Amino acid sequence: MRGLTTVFRKEVRENIRDRRALFNSLLLGPLLFPLLFVGMMWFLQSAEQERAEQALELPVVGAQYAPNLIRYLEQQGAEIQPEPDDPEAMVRNQETPVIIRILPEYPERWAEGLPAPIEVIMDPSRQESNTAIRRVKGLLLGYSQRIGSLRLQMRGVSPQLASPVMLKDVDLSTPKSRAILAVIFLPYVLMITAFTGATHLAMDTTAGEKERKSLEPLLINPVPRWQIMTGKMLTTTAFAMASLALTLVSFRIVLPYMPIGAFGMDLTLGLMTLLRILLVISPVAILAAALLTLLASFAKSYREAQSYMGLVILIPMIPSLIFMANPIRAEAWMMTVPLFSQNILIGEIIREESVALSWYAMSVSSTLVIGLALAALAATLYNRPRLIFSGS
Amino acid sequence: MIIVKNLRKSFGDVRAVNGVSFQARDGEITGLLGPNGAGKTTTLRMLYSLLPPDEGEILIDGLDPRRDAMEIKRTLGVVPDNRGLYSRLTARENIAYYGELHGLSRRQIDERIGQLVTTLDMADFIDRRTEGFSQGQRVKVAIARAMVHEPQTVLLDEPSNGLDVMSTRALRDYVRGLRSAGRSVVLSTHIMQEVAALCDRIVIIAKGEVAADGTAAELLARTGCDSLEDAFVRLIGSEEGLLA
Repeated sequence: MRGLTTVFRKEVRENIRDRRALFNSLLLGPLLFPLLFVGMMWFLQSAEQERAEQALELPVVGAQYAPNLIRYLEQQGAEIQPEPDDPEAMVRNQETPVIIRILPEYPERWAEGLPAPIEVIMDPSRQESNTAIRRVKGLLLGYSQRIGSLRLQMRGVSPQLASPVMLKDVDLSTPKSRAILAVIFLPYVLMITAFTGATHLAMDTTAGEKERKSLEPLLINPVPRWQIMTGKMLTTTAFAMASLALTLVSFRIVLPYMPIGAFGMDLTLGLMTLLRILLVISPVAILAAALLTLLASFAKSYREAQSYMGLVILIPMIPSLIFMANPIRAEAWMMTVPLFSQNILIGEIIREESVALSWYAMSVSSTLVIGLALAALAATLYNRPRLIFSGS
Repeated sequence: MIIVKNLRKSFGDVRAVNGVSFQARDGEITGLLGPNGAGKTTTLRMLYSLLPPDEGEILIDGLDPRRDAMEIKRTLGVVPDNRGLYSRLTARENIAYYGELHGLSRRQIDERIGQLVTTLDMADFIDRRTEGFSQGQRVKVAIARAMVHEPQTVLLDEPSNGLDVMSTRALRDYVRGLRSAGRSVVLSTHIMQEVAALCDRIVIIAKGEVAADGTAAELLARTGCDSLEDAFVRLIGSEEGLLA
């Protein structure tokens, strides 16, 4: 084991002096992701708010058929615009998000007490117009309900008769559990960080060593090759873990500044929560270090290794993307799937739900088994002369 | 003491080493001389057990690299053709790393580096990072790194590659010092002057085979040539790869 620890200490020392390693492992992930995320939330929030507070400019076709409605809309703050020549084209060309068209039969049907038709011309596939569409529909619906109630009252009927059911929300979500809505991305970011934190080290200690032509002299030393490889993988794991820990700390600092509006969320990550997340994610760091080292060992140079890494970085994204697109109820078997189980567990930890210890155990052990199997494979790679001399 | 018998190694269809035999005695410098691509590096790589031979026998002080790889590596000092240093470590750290891999104690390493700094004249740059070192400085660090555990057998692959005149002289002096200390030194080279200046015995290798083996005087006598260069050309049967 002497050789292993010697390699480990030397790789740590060497890479701490490497600006590229420090940048990739200890700065990029921990700094970039949290700032990027909070910045994005600020931007979304302020853009949304701006749209909601903006005066609603609403072109109306056939305003003459419903003067009462137009008055109502104006009272509610809408700025009624004159009738455009080609309303469909106007919406399609994104000159305005929404236009309403009051059909000629409106007054007649109104007088008969039949539903009077209004068309809302819109393109909901344009996300930026959704706020305006929602506001216009809300206004029209409000008008409709008001007139409906008035009509019933005039006939001596209580408007309550038209609301046979009353809905009441009993909200069991807590400020903690709502927080997951805001940090649904966190497992995803952590999973990527485990990989990005390991990438540079995995490449530098294998493909980089080959490229610098220091691998052959190194292997002439009386140390079993598996110890040399394991020392390198330990260094890579340590950097990935440091990257994860720093990212978590940085989120802890930054999250309270998130613009969470009126949601009533509690976004503080307690020390226990952080430690639990770190425990759950650390087997992923080992898995990432082993997998990346395995791949990079086949490369002749740092550049060649880099070309493989672009694809590998997709791996940690897959489970998170599936989970975000199609949230499913956590079940025990999922704990055996690496990356997937961490996604679920981190979610539960942030919600401060109690998670069965057996789930932790399954997640950690299944990921460790696969990680260590990959590591064992990687450790034997330099027993093949072809891999030592390729490129030299 | 190295004994090599009928060593063979192929890479696919290419026969890199095709029946090489020679001996390298303690207190002597043995030169493997041959044109580029003759199989010198492959032979050395089998000696320091980085490549397994297809056939043949190697004994280094009675040890076989196939059975006692770890034991042999402890007694060998190797300066391979690839002398990559770690550019973010100082020369001292580079050497100490190998000392630790050999299981030396901190104190032994410090002591050894102290000696090597004097014999190899490295005081000016021993505590500088090796980034930007000259070829001469690199070779010195690579040699110090290989010698940190005081090996009995020393293998040098093209040691004077890329060195200027002064560095080459210093290198030769150092190698002669190893001989006087009773070590067995094997160096491979394609440079005639190198063998003429240094080697007690010369093994001429061409196309993976030993073309001739003996002292410089023996080789001259056998070929009837006046100069080692003519003898070399006569023995390998061509001027191919003859650079110096």
